[in-house]
Amino acid sequence: MKTFIRKMFYGDYGEEKNNAAESNSTNASKNEWPLWEVFIRSKQGLDHKHVGSLHAADAVMALENARDVYTRRGEGVSIWLVESKNIHASNPDDSAALFEPANDKIYRHPSFYELPDELKHM
Amino acid sequence: MITTKDIDNPLIKFVLHLGDNALIMGHRNSEWCGHGPILEQDIALTNIALDQVGQARNFYQYAAELISETNGEQLTEDSLAYLRDSWDFKNCLLAELPNGDWAQTILKQFIVSAYQYHLYQALANNQNEQLAAIASKSLKELNYHLRWSSDWVLRLGDGTTESKKRMEDAIAILWSYTNEWIDFADYEMIILGDSHHSIQQDWKAKIKSVFDEAGLMIPVDGWMQKGGKVGNHTEHLGYILTDMQFLQRAYPNAEW
Repeated sequence: MKTFIRKMFYGDYGEEKNNAAESNSTNASKNEWPLWEVFIRSKQGLDHKHVGSLHAADAVMALENARDVYTRRGEGVSIWLVESKNIHASNPDDSAALFEPANDKIYRHPSFYELPDELKHM
Repeated sequence: MITTKDIDNPLIKFVLHLGDNALIMGHRNSEWCGHGPILEQDIALTNIALDQVGQARNFYQYAAELISETNGEQLTEDSLAYLRDSWDFKNCLLAELPNGDWAQTILKQFIVSAYQYHLYQALANNQNEQLAAIASKSLKELNYHLRWSSDWVLRLGDGTTESKKRMEDAIAILWSYTNEWIDFADYEMIILGDSHHSIQQDWKAKIKSVFDEAGLMIPVDGWMQKGGKVGNHTEHLGYILTDMQFLQRAYPNAEW
């Protein structure tokens, strides 16, 4: 029986043969350090934002690398790291089914309310 | 061409010694730029190189100030870096040795960072306010240099058969150059006073604890190299200066 559900991972975009989901079994990955996604909080009170990725042997090295690669110019006050293989992503082939139905439902945006003048920051 | 080798003032000698260590280490590390084993580590080492050149600038600015107060000679951080010859430099020999492979570079950095970390901690409490200020500012950087280099000594020493062998080879090649850091010259003793004991002890303890954790052996006591602190250098320093000073000597006062 053919399987229609394939688990998608971050990095699965692009060529099917070199995608991240299968890379655990390829030879190249044995010599390469795992990929990590880096999230930086630029100041207290803001969310961590994805800024890019890097290679590192483990979490300790990933944190040091992130500090060197992404916060050299005072960009951050906090770093989060997630190994890229742990990120589960939506399949780009499903984007029509997942996202397009929302496009013609403007009533879901809260833009039809009359706001009192005193409200400045909505 | 200027020279600082006849200066007798211990404070100036000490400050030049600190600046020279930082500059020559920084220059050696900058040679890795574009050649690191992996992009992220290339950037890490280049960052450290920049920190060290920054520290050298602080020390040279202070030295230039002290020299002009003493004998009226108008020097700048640049003339101290670019217009002196190798006998004027007071850096330890280890700093000028070639980078070798990654393990040798890591070991050099670890030995130096462990030393500078404890030295700057002592200097941060020195009665000389200018030295204390430069040392406190540099300590945050040193914190990271020491963490990064200890980490790599652990990774290589406690890694694969190959990485352990590389680390052991690096220790065999470089060990005789390690003691010079804590074999204090007269001018260092005058400025450091009693704090030199704790620097020696803390440096030795740090190296022992990281080596123990990494499964590396500290070699038995043997012949130790010295001379850098009084201006007697290996041939390598001449090549560094040739490279580093070429532009200023070929095009005096060139600017960006």
